[in-house]
Amino acid sequence: MSTMTAQTTQVYSIFIRATPEQVWDAITKPEFTQKYFHGSVIESDYAPGSPYRGFAADGSVQYVDGEVLEADPPRLLRTTWRAVWSPDLAEEPFSRVSWEIEPTGEGVTRLTVVHDDLERAPKTAESVASPDGWSFVVSGLKSVLETGEGLG
Amino acid sequence: MDDDRVFKALADPTRRHLLDRLFERDGRTLTELESDLEMTRFGVMKHLRVLEDAGLVVSRRNGREKLHFLNPVPIRLIHDRWIDKYTERRVSALADLKTELEETA
Repeated sequence: MSTMTAQTTQVYSIFIRATPEQVWDAITKPEFTQKYFHGSVIESDYAPGSPYRGFAADGSVQYVDGEVLEADPPRLLRTTWRAVWSPDLAEEPFSRVSWEIEPTGEGVTRLTVVHDDLERAPKTAESVASPDGWSFVVSGLKSVLETGEGLG
Repeated sequence: MDDDRVFKALADPTRRHLLDRLFERDGRTLTELESDLEMTRFGVMKHLRVLEDAGLVVSRRNGREKLHFLNPVPIRLIHDRWIDKYTERRVSALADLKTELEETA
């Protein structure tokens, strides 16, 4: 995507052999998130208006800053999102991330991550569209739930 | 999840063209997507259906419009499973050589 302007609404969808409850836990519980989210531990009480933050496993560095907009377990989590892992991204305004979870039958759940409101955050848009961005994170989440292991 | 569907969906030039259009700009309507194709609306819909079934395209409602988004994740999974494994330095050196020769030709 290097030569293109990254999209201001990005959609990442994946089928996972797991229940919606297991997918919800993988999104919200720090013991799961650190296995696929670039090692980050997500902290939140998932009440609307509460902080939604991601830290390095030892708590020394903050990676993600945001606020819970909507939480409807195990169907939907929507938060504001600011990437604070690098100073030039941290300067950009908040965008929005939605995790949509739908059962599709046969023990398979579809997870769709929609990252939008990126119009004023072009560097963040480019970063999350990169090979280390959402594609990596959702593929890793699938791998953690299906095999117990994240990607390398 | 279903590699066969992804490979089948990719094995058609019209469908690859539709993916390229969405890569340029995402979130398009059927009307926008059919504009540069010499094909009936129904034909384009059928191709989009195959792409959606393979998970390569995700459609979302926005008011009265249905917007189509490129979903890069199935290609990522194919890449991790089928391409990464076979792409050693020698292969990429050959690919570089090909690019170089074609550019200078």
